[in-house]
Amino acid sequence: MPDDALGLPYSVPARREPVLPNGVLGMLIFVATEIMFFSGLISAFVIGKSNAIGGWPPPGQPRLPVEETALNTAALLASGVALYFANRAFKRGDAKTKRLLLISIVLGGFFVVFQGAEWVALIGEGLTVTSGQLGGFFYLLVGTHALHVVAGFIILLYTYRKLLHDDLDRFTFWPAQVFWYFVVGVWPILYWQVYL
Amino acid sequence: MAEAGTAETHGAHAHDAHHEQGFWSKYIFSTDHKMIAMQYMFTGIVMALIGGYMSYAFRMQLAFPGQSVPGYGLVSQGEYNALVTNHGTIMIFWVAMPMLIAAFGNYLIPLMIGADDMVFPRINRLSYQIFLVSALVLIGSLFVPGGGFGGAWTAYPPLSSSAEYSLTPLGSTLWLVAVALEFVAFLLGGINFITTLMNARAPGMKMYDIPMVLWMIVVASVLFMASVGPLIAGAVMLFMDQVVGTGYFDPGRGGDPILWQHLFWFFGHPEVYVVFLPAIGIVAEIICTFSRKKLFNYKLILYTVFATAIISFFVWAHHQFVAGIDPRMANVFTITTLIISIPIAEMIFLYIATLYGGSIRLTTPMLWALAFIAEFMIGGITGIFLGASGSDIYFHDTYFVLAHFHYTFFPIAIIGFLAGITYWFPKMFGRMMNETLGKIHFWGTIAAFNSIFIPLFILGTAGQHRRIYNYQNFPDLADMQGLRVFATTALLVMLAFQAVFLFNFFYSMFKGKPAGKNPWKANTLEWTTTSPPPHGNWAELPNCYRGPYEYSVPGREEDYWPQDVPPDTAPAE
Repeated sequence: MPDDALGLPYSVPARREPVLPNGVLGMLIFVATEIMFFSGLISAFVIGKSNAIGGWPPPGQPRLPVEETALNTAALLASGVALYFANRAFKRGDAKTKRLLLISIVLGGFFVVFQGAEWVALIGEGLTVTSGQLGGFFYLLVGTHALHVVAGFIILLYTYRKLLHDDLDRFTFWPAQVFWYFVVGVWPILYWQVYL
Repeated sequence: MAEAGTAETHGAHAHDAHHEQGFWSKYIFSTDHKMIAMQYMFTGIVMALIGGYMSYAFRMQLAFPGQSVPGYGLVSQGEYNALVTNHGTIMIFWVAMPMLIAAFGNYLIPLMIGADDMVFPRINRLSYQIFLVSALVLIGSLFVPGGGFGGAWTAYPPLSSSAEYSLTPLGSTLWLVAVALEFVAFLLGGINFITTLMNARAPGMKMYDIPMVLWMIVVASVLFMASVGPLIAGAVMLFMDQVVGTGYFDPGRGGDPILWQHLFWFFGHPEVYVVFLPAIGIVAEIICTFSRKKLFNYKLILYTVFATAIISFFVWAHHQFVAGIDPRMANVFTITTLIISIPIAEMIFLYIATLYGGSIRLTTPMLWALAFIAEFMIGGITGIFLGASGSDIYFHDTYFVLAHFHYTFFPIAIIGFLAGITYWFPKMFGRMMNETLGKIHFWGTIAAFNSIFIPLFILGTAGQHRRIYNYQNFPDLADMQGLRVFATTALLVMLAFQAVFLFNFFYSMFKGKPAGKNPWKANTLEWTTTSPPPHGNWAELPNCYRGPYEYSVPGREEDYWPQDVPPDTAPAE
């Protein structure tokens, strides 16, 4: 008896053939809400930018590390691609699944650590959450995304553990992927809006 | 991409889970959708009594300013603000939403689609537990040093974002935390409702065979899920402003207080339809059952619901006509606001068409359903004056607005709930409610409700502003005190009549006449199981063969045709 994704979607038997399994549909609805949540944050940021007197980014504030973060963006996107291939291998029953999933997880972890280092440097330069609108919105948007990456990282670790115990089914793996693709997919938009 | 076989193993444990349960697993940590619905309902009733008590305290202050209120004491200015704020917050987030969406959604969705439970029972349980915590946090926020939050339920910054202005450093933060937790609870509930309706319907139940109330609850959930994100974003920012000291909404530091209003009302206006749709869905079921007629043009009503849902995302700024938004934008939002009255009016006409020529039985639920239509129409028509930006400049933030939205929210939250509870009470508790007491309660409540708010319309058109502690200080308004006393007296009468309901409710729960499976001779699937339904709902899960409203079908001996009766058992012509 497989315990379902995250121990959550314990499920009643389907008496009809659903278009999408319960876990996936539930996760998609959740992701839709998340998209609206990030839309709210991003539109607040856009309004904040357009209200700024003296142009954006505000003069006299530290600059955000555009090039380093481009590298980090590439790492996160690569993690999403690795997960995609991990799923293809998983469907074939290929032993490569383990390695690909691990690559995806490690790249996700790298993203968070790299960003943490970036934050430490920026705080050192005097950019804090209360130092002005730039700092406030930067840590709000990027921090919210970072929390999602950490959550996705934990979910992927959980699926990896299940895979090691030969206990992973698509009803766990699929919703986990949906969430990770969302986390990966929303980042380039944030990068474009916040850094560029 | 599917791997065959997993679907079967996936749900293999489901039926053996329905064994006898102990006290804790049955009442407190239940995953049974019916018990969770009861938990939501009783929490909602308790919160409604608290909210009603608050309205009693501040209405008494308005009618008899400066005098000690019996059962409360002297209402100070700060307390008055906290009472008004929390009355609004409680009635919308802790009464209307749990009673209409969560209680009826949880109770009805599995029963009406022929499923044994929601698809995510444990998420469902978690949803109620978070909701309960949120209710406790809100009540706790009233008793912290500084008192409860008093910046109105819309929490406009900078009043809400800075303790310097609100004077309630802890109260406003706890208020915000409580609201955010409540959203998380309904988010989890909404995922459950939508997934269950899509994936767990009885075999044979096609999209157009789903009872209208379920469509309405699920569309309301979709609306909620789609609109709540920006508000959560705003709440996070407001929380940061309060606690960390950021300045997102502080104009002195480059922030924008109007931004909060946009984020709030982007959620706040769809929210009206989030609670409206379940209520009018309940009314649809009742009207069909008690006029013994098919719902007039099921598909048109459904498309109307979709249209309402979509348009409701484009009307939010009509709350902000006097907030300094661009007049050109106000024009756009005037037009969209007036457009949304079209689908609502259409829905009302379709309901009246359903009634036309039916054999109407004026039972208590039917009376509530009809009262919903009548009272909501007053709310809708007065809304036109507020939706038009020109007249809104005068009416904004007067008692006209207040009376208008009470004429929408009271029918939704109270009349809608009472219609639903009197209709499904026999199913929930296996016994009938007393009809005589029900009708006494109905007429007392309806007469008193109109006597409260019609005077407030008059006060509003005279220019009486909302959220004022004492009108005696305004020479132009002081001599209208008679109307205020009248409204407060009517409130006392209305609250007194609720005792009739509570007596009827609890007396009938234990001593009422046994109801049997289908006391109203209704078609939908919940009436095919015993009352109350057992854990697991049916000994053998039903199949569905037709739409939910096959009443008075020509050629049939009985005037109803339950959804689970196979076609071949129909009497031959």
